Amino acid sequence: MHDFTPLSGLAGGALIGLAAALLMLLTGRIAGVTGIVGGLLQPDTADRAWRIAFIAGLIAAPLIAALFGAPLPRPAMNASLVVIAIAGLLVGFGTRMGNGCTSGHGVCGFARLSSRSIVATFIFMTAAIITVAIVRHGIGG
Amino acid sequence: MRVLASFVCGLIFGAGLLISGMTDPQKVLGFLDLFGAWDATLAFVMAGAVAVAATGFAIARQRTAPAFSARFLWPDRNDIDAPLVGGAVLFGIGWGLAGICPGPALVNLAGLSLPIVVFVVAMLAGMIGQNLFGKNPWRRRTLAASAVDTASLPSRADG
Repeated sequence: MHDFTPLSGLAGGALIGLAAALLMLLTGRIAGVTGIVGGLLQPDTADRAWRIAFIAGLIAAPLIAALFGAPLPRPAMNASLVVIAIAGLLVGFGTRMGNGCTSGHGVCGFARLSSRSIVATFIFMTAAIITVAIVRHGIGG
Repeated sequence: MRVLASFVCGLIFGAGLLISGMTDPQKVLGFLDLFGAWDATLAFVMAGAVAVAATGFAIARQRTAPAFSARFLWPDRNDIDAPLVGGAVLFGIGWGLAGICPGPALVNLAGLSLPIVVFVVAMLAGMIGQNLFGKNPWRRRTLAASAVDTASLPSRADG
């Protein structure tokens, strides 16, 4: 059902990298979604406008694509709503605790060769792979 | 200009997530499923993203300031501490359960499907919970830092 798509992966990845490069060159900020969203949820954050604008851009992307005939993203998810809610809590809590997610640590951190980000990425990848192994194939893989 | 630039960057970032297939949780789980029908696409997404971002960052390093702000805010931490490790473990478990991380979650929000709305609300609750829970000791440090330079210091940060 889901085929290996290296070319669209590479092209999409290049756009993600371009966005991160431009955000740094134009505004001096790291394109980490966790940091951008999390900052908005803190009472003492002074710079809200650019954060809201970046998030608006993320949400607007599929809406603009829809104007050209692309379907809105309504992904099929196998997990129950309870599991999805638990997953969301873990993702929100964990990314704030660890100061980053796939964009901040995975993309920007690797691009800066940050040892902190490389370690974090290795750990969350491993934890995710183990989780999938347990969920899909039973405990012990 | 700064706000407009951020919006355009968010737009490009979102387009990249859509084109790469990373907004599809089944595709992400296919990459994380080493013991099933493994789909290596995510590795290509990462390779493309890191290569272009690294090039842009190298250009930025040679400049004195970004186009629309006073200075570059590079993360300055290098220590591997317990919150980094623990946070990454919790995030990895959540990511493995749903196949969604923060960027794709927000892009998917445009479709307003129930599972995604539930995920995003829970994710925001988790972030708020961590903000409250993390009051000591590093949040105090953040407040002390922001008293010095409220407008331009990153609030906490790697990404």
